[in-house]
Amino acid sequence: MTTAAIEVRIPTILRPYTKDAKVVSADGADLKSLISDLDRQYPGLAERLLEDGALRRFINIYVNDEDVRFLGGLDASLKSGDSITVLPAVAGG
Amino acid sequence: MSLTISRTIVDQILQQSRTEYPDEACGVILGPQGSGTPLRLKPMINAAHSPTFYEFDPKDLLALYREVDDKDEEIVVIYHSHTETEAYPSRTDIAYAGEPGAHYVLVSTREEIAPATEFRSYRIIDGMVTEEPVTILD
Repeated sequence: MTTAAIEVRIPTILRPYTKDAKVVSADGADLKSLISDLDRQYPGLAERLLEDGALRRFINIYVNDEDVRFLGGLDASLKSGDSITVLPAVAGG
Repeated sequence: MSLTISRTIVDQILQQSRTEYPDEACGVILGPQGSGTPLRLKPMINAAHSPTFYEFDPKDLLALYREVDDKDEEIVVIYHSHTETEAYPSRTDIAYAGEPGAHYVLVSTREEIAPATEFRSYRIIDGMVTEEPVTILD
């Protein structure tokens, strides 16, 4: 397994976890391992992205410009140079 | 904390809400980065097409954030309509509010208040709702 230097864009609401950093760097061959690495660097972050081991319904994660739900979700494979964007859904009732 | 906004934009949002009734209408108002001033109205499609729920399409959402970044703008206001209830954040509005820096604007298209203007603004931070005064500039 190769590791990858992947840029992750963090939304405002999660920046308290990243000491206000808007863009952080993490490693992982797939999204699941990338999130583990993020959580190792920024404890608590995974809990905001995952629920019962699955992606939260109202958190959107994109690999480059593609919604990760169309790329296999947590199994989406990643490579060095990919850019991840995390955005909370804009939704309500 | 307060929201100052032009009459033109308020009227456009109310009009959009009536047009999209019985579905909830939604959108954002953008302004120059750091200004906190709502200047550019951007109606969004309610991907839920529902009278009780709204959601920006995930693809539209990414495009919106890219556009905001490219133009050095910020999302000043996130608005949506309630179709049959008052313009106050619902439990789901509070649960999903993900932009602590934005004004959350609610309008209502319920008949008993139309054509009166029900246009209200809130901050929603960590599950706490704070209503704020709205000044409409003619």
